[in-house]
Amino acid sequence: MITSVHSDDYPPGDLAWRALVANIHPTAWRNPTYAGRYNLLIIGAGPGGLTAAREAARLGARVALIERTLIGGSRLNAGCVPSKALIRTARLYAEMRCAQNFGGEEPSDPKFSFPEAMARVKRIQARLSRNDSAQRLSESGIDVYFGDARFAGPDSVLVAGQILRFRKALVATGSQPVIPQIPGLIEAGFLTNETVFNIRSCPRRLMVIGGGPLGCEGAQAFCRFGAHVVIAQSDPMFLPKEERDAAQVLSDALARDGVEIHLNTTVTAVRTEGTTKLVDLLCDGDKSTVSVDEILVGVGRAPNVEHLNLEAAAVVYDRAAGIRVDDFLRTSNPRIYAAGDVCLDHMFTHAAAASARIVVRNALFMGRKRLSALTIPWCTYTDPEIAHVGLYVREALEQHIPVRTFTILMHDVDRAVTDGEDAGFVKIHIKSDSDRILGATAVARHAGEMINGISLAITSGIGLREFSRVIHTYPTQAEAIKMAAEAYMRTRLTPSLKSLSSRWLSYFD
Amino acid sequence: MESDDQLLDRFQRAAFGYFLEQYNPDNGLVADTSRFGAPASIAVIGFALSCYPVGVERGWIKRTEAISRTLVTLNFLWSSPQGEQPDATGYRGFYYHFLDMKSGQRVWHSELSLIDTTLLLAGVLTASMYFIEDTPIENAIRERADAIYHRIDWEWARDGGATARQGWKPDSGFSHNGWEGYNEATILYVLGLASPSHPLPSVSFDAWTATYQWENIYDIEVLYGGPFFVHQFSQAWIDFDGIRDRFMREQNSDYFENSRRATHIQREYARRNPCGFEGYGKDCWGFTASDGPGDNILRIDGRERRFYGYAARGAPYGPDDGTISPCVALAALPFAPELALAALRHFCKRYADILTASRLPSGFNPSLPGGSPSGWISEGHFGLDQGIVVLMIENYRSQFIWNLMRKCPYIGLGLRRAGFTGGWLS
Repeated sequence: MITSVHSDDYPPGDLAWRALVANIHPTAWRNPTYAGRYNLLIIGAGPGGLTAAREAARLGARVALIERTLIGGSRLNAGCVPSKALIRTARLYAEMRCAQNFGGEEPSDPKFSFPEAMARVKRIQARLSRNDSAQRLSESGIDVYFGDARFAGPDSVLVAGQILRFRKALVATGSQPVIPQIPGLIEAGFLTNETVFNIRSCPRRLMVIGGGPLGCEGAQAFCRFGAHVVIAQSDPMFLPKEERDAAQVLSDALARDGVEIHLNTTVTAVRTEGTTKLVDLLCDGDKSTVSVDEILVGVGRAPNVEHLNLEAAAVVYDRAAGIRVDDFLRTSNPRIYAAGDVCLDHMFTHAAAASARIVVRNALFMGRKRLSALTIPWCTYTDPEIAHVGLYVREALEQHIPVRTFTILMHDVDRAVTDGEDAGFVKIHIKSDSDRILGATAVARHAGEMINGISLAITSGIGLREFSRVIHTYPTQAEAIKMAAEAYMRTRLTPSLKSLSSRWLSYFD
Repeated sequence: MESDDQLLDRFQRAAFGYFLEQYNPDNGLVADTSRFGAPASIAVIGFALSCYPVGVERGWIKRTEAISRTLVTLNFLWSSPQGEQPDATGYRGFYYHFLDMKSGQRVWHSELSLIDTTLLLAGVLTASMYFIEDTPIENAIRERADAIYHRIDWEWARDGGATARQGWKPDSGFSHNGWEGYNEATILYVLGLASPSHPLPSVSFDAWTATYQWENIYDIEVLYGGPFFVHQFSQAWIDFDGIRDRFMREQNSDYFENSRRATHIQREYARRNPCGFEGYGKDCWGFTASDGPGDNILRIDGRERRFYGYAARGAPYGPDDGTISPCVALAALPFAPELALAALRHFCKRYADILTASRLPSGFNPSLPGGSPSGWISEGHFGLDQGIVVLMIENYRSQFIWNLMRKCPYIGLGLRRAGFTGGWLS
């Protein structure tokens, strides 16, 4: 992440860097002069803040949007956009290595330029920042302020020396990486998702702390770039919130790429010897030490609730769980709402945007939209990807909903086989004695794309039976969903129905 | 041609021979594998204690010899050191997974293992159900067995949680691992719930089964468990045919039927052979926790292949490195006899060199270059493999172990406390 507009992380002549800065925090920007109370004042110009600002402005509201550092939030600057751009390059490199599987020949010495890959990341960030540049936001009627926002009272905020008053406010300040309390870690130095996109060379040996989405994506990408990657995960499996079998497939995939896996393992200390970082591990009482050049921390994210002076606005919050909101996303101060990472369990760009839309309706138009009514899918962008929507089986059983799961292995899906991408599965969970879809997990090369169809079905109340009637393009990997529906329909053919059918057919013999 | 029964008798006796050979007469311990220097495994001892009665019934060992072996073993288990010291044999009534064959002390920094202690206890109770003559020596066997069971502190093993933990170590405490999803732990909960001294609460079984997942895979409805052995270990001692807990009542199935279906999934996976490994087919399957060729990456016929050492292989989710475990296919005999027998005859015909005097190895891998179509063959033999082969062939031939354990009051009590009803429990 570019942490400051004065950063010298990239050469001043770098066009992509200059274009990006010009969009997300122009150096010559002058804050507007406050001219009266805002209908909606938004703190944080990440995905949630931007969505709310545009939506409210479009509906005719007077909107203030305050950003501390860079427009775009984690998505653009330290999360989805740069990581997916880098993962794409890593995938290319991995595919070069297995060219023989496709009748090609692996380049004898595949050349890979890490600085060039990072420059590509910056170009992509610059391109995607155009739509939400400060200038364009301003042109669409939004007052964009840069500076630290602090509540001055229950209906006012102080920013860059001005007091701004509001009828309603939205706090959408996002989150930041959690830094684990490991002795020696800070002294030794480490990377997070906010700094990893600034490095200029690929570390030869990399320790990844944390086997959640961030850790797994990072471990696989850097391993594919040629780093020797060691990953330590305190739980017995990766992605502990996901299905056991998904974690198993991911574990196999990481091992196949060459990642050194340490599950059920905690990092107890970090030391340095010269430029080498020595990381002490503990697994079931057994101690070991690994030597690496860099450490990437990906153990989770914490809400950004500090320095907002929330107390002055009587907004109740918790440092770990974030701002407390009700199902309408209203805080303890009825004028003030929250959206996105700062208040949600699901810390995703699309969840931030969806919750921000709810806030616009509820705050400005007396809406009664509920957070709990949202169907929020998510995806971990490893290879294969792991995507989920709706309930997990354990959640359904906790709610005393009986569940049946229809599983299609990707090795039974023609397009997955033709593409050499047949690792993984699609599991669709339905309520027993019905075809109501409760949730689904997809583990596949393009699982993130595939899960959208199931999200649509859940949101629209479409049952699994309907999927069997929808003609899917052949061959596509999303056919796995239709195949699950067909498997469901086959279970509907009870012995008595089959007997009836046979008797009917024999009538014509 | 050798009849099915003759064939099975030959393989069962060969497997039984493992326990005659790998036994220390001084303390009753049985080696984990036949490899030089292998430690004892407490689970393998449980299988040994269960196999001795089979051997007596089949006439492969004299009753007096079986009694002697059993009592030596139980005396050791009862009198060996229990405590927090790192080289004890056990703690809180549980035992460490691996023990030195001579001293019986903990080795390999192994964990105090709940499931392996359970399998040991299953063997201890099998002995107590078989040796029921009113003689001083058989009385001693039953008294020792009861004392060993009484000493196990199942309540402690929950560590305050809803379900039992998987293990404990003196220097790091309980492992993070709990029991999640269906696996071989059914017998653990049955014996834990029936404990006469420190029972698990019945809610612990409910909490575990709440993590189950009922799936339709390859058009087969099944309670999925990964490695195939999870469908066999509890079933080696308990006849689940016709008895059902709440979960199985809801699914209109039982754990016997479930193992049959799991067998079909194993075979279906091999027929599909998605990774294109050598040998796989309708009569060549068996994916479970087994020995493997070792951690290695090789390019074979233009494809990069990754191989593993000892690993929990499974179908259809993997991992799959081309390794086949013939023992686990044979042990499916009670559930799917046609499939298991066809597989056994195929192994004998196509891969005869995997056999050592009719004894099957832990695994072989035809995809790796070797001196024959079998490719890589696991060295020596593993006690767990031989034990499950002896018990499952016996259950297929006579239901001897199942009938014996039906009479075990602890098994009946534990099953009822877990909510099982119907069938022979009625």
